[in-house]
Amino acid sequence: MKSDKFKLSVLVVLVVSFLAYSFELYVEPPPNGSKKVTIGSPEEQGKMLWQQKNCTSCHQLYGLGGHLGPDLTHVSSQRSPEHIAAFLMSGTIVMPNYHFSQEEINALMAFLKSVDESGNGDPRTFKLNLDGTISQKNN
Amino acid sequence: MEQFHRRTINYFYALALILLSTGLIFGFLGALEYILPGVSKRYISFEKIRPLHVSSMVFWILTAAVGAVLTFLQEHIGKGLRFPKLAKLQLMIFGLTFFGILVSYLFGIFGGREYWEFHPAFTIPLWMGWTLFIVNIYGSMNSFRKQPVYVWMWLTGGVFFLFTYSESNLWHLAWFRNEIVHDMTIQWKSYGSLVGSWNMLVYGSSIYLMDKIAGNQKYSFSNIAFWLYFLGLFNGMFNWSHHIYTLPTFDYVKHIGYAVSMTELILFARIIYLWRDSLSSIQRNYHLLSYKFIMAADIWIFVTLGLAIAMSVPALNIYMHGTHVVVGHTMGATIGINSMLLLSFIYDRIIDQSSIDKFKKSIHLGYWIIQISLPVFFLSLVTAGFIKGHWQMQEDRIPFVGMLHSLRPYFVLFTISGTTLIIGFFMVIIPAFKTLIGYSEQKTGEIK
Repeated sequence: MKSDKFKLSVLVVLVVSFLAYSFELYVEPPPNGSKKVTIGSPEEQGKMLWQQKNCTSCHQLYGLGGHLGPDLTHVSSQRSPEHIAAFLMSGTIVMPNYHFSQEEINALMAFLKSVDESGNGDPRTFKLNLDGTISQKNN
Repeated sequence: MEQFHRRTINYFYALALILLSTGLIFGFLGALEYILPGVSKRYISFEKIRPLHVSSMVFWILTAAVGAVLTFLQEHIGKGLRFPKLAKLQLMIFGLTFFGILVSYLFGIFGGREYWEFHPAFTIPLWMGWTLFIVNIYGSMNSFRKQPVYVWMWLTGGVFFLFTYSESNLWHLAWFRNEIVHDMTIQWKSYGSLVGSWNMLVYGSSIYLMDKIAGNQKYSFSNIAFWLYFLGLFNGMFNWSHHIYTLPTFDYVKHIGYAVSMTELILFARIIYLWRDSLSSIQRNYHLLSYKFIMAADIWIFVTLGLAIAMSVPALNIYMHGTHVVVGHTMGATIGINSMLLLSFIYDRIIDQSSIDKFKKSIHLGYWIIQISLPVFFLSLVTAGFIKGHWQMQEDRIPFVGMLHSLRPYFVLFTISGTTLIIGFFMVIIPAFKTLIGYSEQKTGEIK
């Protein structure tokens, strides 16, 4: 690898492959993904609230986020709406009471429901394959 | 190197050390929440503490890496920066933006996502500041022909960061934001590559410093150095999907991430090992502080490497994903590798200052406190993570709060070792900061 030309060629191959891979992922949403939510919908409002209140500092979605609170990917199907609303309304010993309005609570619950419906992230539902990969048990 | 440029860079390093200090203080407050839940909620709740800690640490790495590249680039080309005013402007933009971000967190103003939780308005100055950095490093190059590997790493790392940082902001477009799995795929694609991009700057600088200490550039022009560089870049571009194995995204994305192994760190360790052998004892003693920090990073590369490889296997990843094992790995990488290397760059900068001599005892003590505390800190997190990993795979598991309570002994250990770690860091940071500031003042007087 002595010449600059050769090094530049390797770099160009890597960059072009990376850009092509990126472009493919940008234009093609994953097949198992949830439905697209519309702008201004409660789900979208809930997602923006999730970010504005920095819920991810304590909670995870699909195992990604903080560690002080539980993963909320499937909280919608695991807990009743009343149970979730109670936490949102009063907070906990660690979580502040954000004094959410009813509309905001509905938006957050709609967002969490859309996350729940987007797929299965429960690690217990994965089958471990001999080649080291994982797949959903029911597939 | 012209004095103006040196003073600006000293301030880059001083700003970086302030950010490191801020990150350590909020890290301590965050750790307390694990053993005394809600202890500081009345004054500052955890959703503010975590971003204050994480963002400060990310900004410490970025600012010190920029300082290192600007320093070593000038030494490499043998003259000052082509656009010193741009470096000064970048420093001001970074300083004001980081200050604004941290203050906004204190007031509970967020809007971004994990690691970049700040209000989207701050994205623009950060992007501008980084663009100035790219203009400066490209503009300062005398020639692009026959350059050593570290120059390639700086030039590609700078641009790669701008690309991936921009990519992490694609969520502002409804096309990405409005479908959660698509959005999270792109989010973690960008995050994985972002780390690869700043590692290019940090590792490139460490190769430069190793050459400087060794007194030759044999390695930096070697074929193996370039193959390892391309392998590192390849990893940075394509191995990110180990973060999202449980996300219902494309299978091929996960297979690519699995196949592209984390070999960059193995090879990097090999580089350091070979370099160490070539050093004479006199050279080692002269750069003792820089050398010590590089050696510490060397050890942590091996430690985090093993964990990184394990986490890149999906069948093992599922036991560690979403647990404190990931936190332990991040701490090993950011404290054990990045921070040790960045401190070696800073100490290389001030090694010629006689004022550092009076602090040598405290620096060495601080260094050893860090080296003893960090493994305990790391192991307590990893053990807690494995216990959580076991819990999350149980069909009939106890409630989350019960699991968290069972981890309490490890959190206590993590907080105690974290506290001593912070003490050790301050024993290293304070002398460096004082010397950097003193250095600048002294030179300012000389100019006048």
